[in-house]
Amino acid sequence: MGEIVLQASHIHKYFEDPVKVKVLHDINFSINKGEFVSITGKSGCGKSTLLYILSTMDTEFEGDLSINGVSTHLKSEEELATIRNEKIGFVFQFHYLLNEFTVLKNVMLPALKLGKLSPVKIEQNAMLHLENLGIRDKAFKKANQLSGGEKQRVAIARALINDPLIIMGDEPTGNLDNKNSQIVYDIFNSLCEKYNQTLLIVTHDKSFASHTHRIITMNDGIIISDSPK
Amino acid sequence: MNFRLILDISRSMMMARWQQTLVAAIGVTFSITMFISLLGFMNGLNDMLDGLVLNRTPHIRLYNDIKPTEIQPIHKTTNNDRIYAFINSVKASNSRMEIDNSAAIMKVLNRDNRIKGICPRLNAQVLFRSGTIDITGMVNGIEARAESELFSFGDYVNSGKAIDLQFVPNSIILGKGLAEKLLVVPGDMVQLTTAGGERLSLKVVAFFQSGIADYDKVQSFTSIQTVQKLLGKPNNHVSDIQIKLHDMSLAPMMAKEFHTIYGTDAEDIQSANAQFETGSFVRNIISYAVGITLLIVAGFGIYNILNMMIYEKMDSIAILKATGFSGKDVRSIFLSIALSIGLAGGLLGLLFGLIFSRLIDKLPFETQALPTITTYPVNYDLKYYVTGLTFALITTFLAGYFPSRKASSIDPVIIIRGK
Ligand SMILES: Nc1ncnc2c1ncn2[C@@H]1O[C@H](COP(=O)(O)OP(=O)(O)O)[C@@H](O)[C@H]1O
Ligand SMILES: [Mg+2]
Repeated sequence: MGEIVLQASHIHKYFEDPVKVKVLHDINFSINKGEFVSITGKSGCGKSTLLYILSTMDTEFEGDLSINGVSTHLKSEEELATIRNEKIGFVFQFHYLLNEFTVLKNVMLPALKLGKLSPVKIEQNAMLHLENLGIRDKAFKKANQLSGGEKQRVAIARALINDPLIIMGDEPTGNLDNKNSQIVYDIFNSLCEKYNQTLLIVTHDKSFASHTHRIITMNDGIIISDSPK
Repeated sequence: MNFRLILDISRSMMMARWQQTLVAAIGVTFSITMFISLLGFMNGLNDMLDGLVLNRTPHIRLYNDIKPTEIQPIHKTTNNDRIYAFINSVKASNSRMEIDNSAAIMKVLNRDNRIKGICPRLNAQVLFRSGTIDITGMVNGIEARAESELFSFGDYVNSGKAIDLQFVPNSIILGKGLAEKLLVVPGDMVQLTTAGGERLSLKVVAFFQSGIADYDKVQSFTSIQTVQKLLGKPNNHVSDIQIKLHDMSLAPMMAKEFHTIYGTDAEDIQSANAQFETGSFVRNIISYAVGITLLIVAGFGIYNILNMMIYEKMDSIAILKATGFSGKDVRSIFLSIALSIGLAGGLLGLLFGLIFSRLIDKLPFETQALPTITTYPVNYDLKYYVTGLTFALITTFLAGYFPSRKASSIDPVIIIRGK
């Protein structure tokens, strides 16, 4: 297989609420470049918790996480922010756009933060992504004037803007109707197929998961099956 | 770091909550306006009150006081350890009020480049005759031009010109109160009698009004030559030399120096008017205290608004962090919101402060005591404007510091999960 993009080794996670509860137990797996992976399992089994750890936002866990072959252990908050900015694109269940900005600006922000390209070039790229996702005409609207499905596509465009190593999604279709869910799935699928984009999507939508290339199933904090198609 | 991006984000956040932002900025504007106008006004008053005394007080005055000599004749013969002289009822005798060798002293003083200028004076006690009664008074022989240049003498003269003392022979300027007692107006003649019995008729050319009524009831001014004539003294006879320095702070040191060199009494302005410094100082403290109190109140306003903004923008903060903005970036965003409010509010405050000061400056303020002043005095020193803006920035920085630290430590996972 190809190069390893993300590697989780012996990840354990506890919550103290108020007694110590173990929510993740010895999670081990790795994701290769170009894979379209889904994590499923019933509600409360620890999928989101795992994804926050894999995304470097949650650093309170045991075990190790490597992204692009580099361990995130002992990295500073600022270094982790840079990793998220550069290497990871996010899509959440609730789109989380910044309502004070236009759609275009929302898409541009992570790239402006990265600062590798000129603002003009970034704007061109952002327009291109919006175009590919079929929402070019919404570019200059405020984020809160869009429908749920449109917002989710903006979030995908934002996730793509820095050409990330991996796109992560936490129930990205959880809040959408069937039609929009299908659109989002098609986008992910074509990203994977056309651009060899790596994707890791948490979902409890069985049909969505069944169309991905690899399904990791969890139950009560452990991986019970990991089946490539 | 990406400063422009941070500013751009702060600006958008402020625009989204522009009403609250405006209220916060108005708070700062209000306090800086008050700070500037208060300090300008207070210091204007300070300058005026100080000027009232300091402008017309010599920095150093050389004179001979009436007092017994320090070395009594007996000391000259009992100058050893075994004998100690006790003298009872020592009196001053045959004291000479004039300054010895005044012409030579003045020549030397005129060459001293620490000195801005000097004015000799010759004072005499006289009786002014009015009908059948005699009024005691004091006549100051002066050089009108030099006194006006160095001690603003001309500012306190009305109903005529100070310089007339030099041009009109046998002329006199009477204190306003004294003139009222004598029932004379400029153009009238007054008759003076000295203690020695000498008499002279002088023509009133103007009134003098110092602002201190008791002073104006006894004082009068004429040329130094007229007093010399009145006392029957030669034309180098001088009782006081008034000295104005370039740097007032040298006065105590130079007074000591002149005392030892010339053997006269030398009084410096600091020991003569110690209380004035204290007055100015207290007024300054009051203005700063009021200004800073207002700023602290404004600071709490900013603190509240930032806290509210951060509470409202939890989602935005979480998403910024999730997409790669660090805690430091988030802190910079909210700090720059605070500082922008401080800077904009502060600058506007300076402008309104200036406008307000101009208005105060236009208000009529007429008082008998201060003939040269017609409107309220205001000081426009740049120092207060710089201080005001600095205070505004410091307060808003402090007001923004804690909320932005809170924002920077928001855990995006908790927010994103919370939905
Ligand atoms: N902050 C927290 N404190 C305590 N328990 C938590 C916290 N967050 C999640 N949990 C618990 O951890 C478990 C896993 O949650 P989660 O990862 O959100 O599940 P999933 O996303 O699979 O539905 C659940 O039992 C949940 O109640
Ligand atoms: Mg979940």
